[in-house]
Amino acid sequence: MSEQTRLRVSASPHLAGPVDTPTVMWSVVASLVPVLCAAVWFFGPSALLVVAGATAGAVLTEAAFKKATAVRDGSAAITGVLLGLCLPAGMPCWMAFVGGAFGIGAGKLLFGGLGQNIFNPALLGRAFLQAAFPLAITTWPKTGLPWSSLRGDNLAFPFTSPQVIDGTTAATPLGVMKFEGGVGLPSVMDMLFGRTGGSLGETCDAMILLGGAYLVLRGLMNWRPPVAIFLTVAVFSGILHAIDGALYQGPLPMLFSGGLTLGAVYMATDPVTSPITPKGSWIFGIGIGVLVVLIRVWGGLPEGVMYAILFMNAFTPFINRATQPRVLGAATKGATS
Amino acid sequence: MSGLVWIFVSAMFVSNFTLAMFLGLCAFLGVSGKIATALRMGAADTFVLVLTSLAVWFLNKFVLAEAPYLRVIAFIVVIAGLVQIVEMIIKKASPTLFRELGIYLPLITTNCAVLGLAMIQTNKGYTLGEGVAFALGGGAGLTLALVLMASIREEVELADVPEFARGVGLVFIIAGSLSLAFMGFAGLFSAA
Repeated sequence: MSEQTRLRVSASPHLAGPVDTPTVMWSVVASLVPVLCAAVWFFGPSALLVVAGATAGAVLTEAAFKKATAVRDGSAAITGVLLGLCLPAGMPCWMAFVGGAFGIGAGKLLFGGLGQNIFNPALLGRAFLQAAFPLAITTWPKTGLPWSSLRGDNLAFPFTSPQVIDGTTAATPLGVMKFEGGVGLPSVMDMLFGRTGGSLGETCDAMILLGGAYLVLRGLMNWRPPVAIFLTVAVFSGILHAIDGALYQGPLPMLFSGGLTLGAVYMATDPVTSPITPKGSWIFGIGIGVLVVLIRVWGGLPEGVMYAILFMNAFTPFINRATQPRVLGAATKGATS
Repeated sequence: MSGLVWIFVSAMFVSNFTLAMFLGLCAFLGVSGKIATALRMGAADTFVLVLTSLAVWFLNKFVLAEAPYLRVIAFIVVIAGLVQIVEMIIKKASPTLFRELGIYLPLITTNCAVLGLAMIQTNKGYTLGEGVAFALGGGAGLTLALVLMASIREEVELADVPEFARGVGLVFIIAGSLSLAFMGFAGLFSAA
């Protein structure tokens, strides 16, 4: 019998590297710890409650429909944590839970599970929440409240609407740009280190860049989409700013406000829903960058990162097909005899 | 001129016929299995929409001014008749073009996107040029939606989709997700 176990017949690949899916996934979760810490630092216990709600929704849904091994690879946990990080601190837990369950259920499990979904599950969950609870998801708590206080009605009973307490909400930098003509915009340093209003994980860009750099250095993340997004947004908004400096914000506030960093580093690099070819990654990133500026400057909404990434997710199969590399030695198109 | 560009872009993205106004869904769900057929369907759709826009402008200007209550029935009869005639002419004049577009033309004549275009154009009081820009934008939007859907469907054909969701069920989920993604364009350029 020992002969049989030594002789294994299987399809390629026959050599397995040390990096497997759970390693990658849990490394991503680890790289999110500083971001999560920053969120807790700025938003207190509310941050933990919202992230826990979203993660529970995602992981429990995955566990209900898949085998235990599928849950242990950590991909559902990433979806949940990322979804929690792009929600406002005052969001009721039950809404975060519903978002996580929808993202994993409709965004991933129905497509066949890990590696086969078209849209980023965390962003799909957030888009669903934005459509279902437009008020709760745009109620941004003020910064500088006592650390241990809840930043909203986090513990609202399921299927009841949350209570909004007057005087505890504030505009985000992007809201200031959009609706108040940029008067009272926080400084770029405040945006970079997170002393502004916004979703839980998006305010402290420095921590997100740190986490991204760690993943890129370990070779676990495709650096092309975020670089393409940052460059495109910087160039596009720089041109607009040069045309009319009073009307359009410069590149720095554009780069460090809203969910651009979180989206570019953690959502646009999802290996499943972004193109696999290097050329495709650049096209993908440039498309997101252009759409983000378009929606932020001329759209009806203050923020467009989520929609831009979802839109380009839909284009990914097409991009993959269009940028398929030529097989070595095969004739180029039109060059056949 | 820039007014026409806004109408085009807005019809293509912001109020996309399929993904924002939910018109023409039967073609969107039925003929989006392969990219090649989706492209042809989109081309045929655009063609019929432009034809409709011209016909509607003519009807509104010269025939229906005194009898607005006859609009719906007049639109349906005239559009269907016109498309049938054009189809016959194409079949006779250019068999190649007929093979590319022809089989889809009868499908579209009774499509809600076509009647939707006629009604919206009438309600907004578009001029001839604006109407054509609106039809071209609407057609481009339909083509975009069809091609996106087809490329995604070709991709998920290889996926390990659970038994109960295979086929139309998953197509509806994809359509809903696409529609969620298009919500980001809401209000785009409305101030311009």
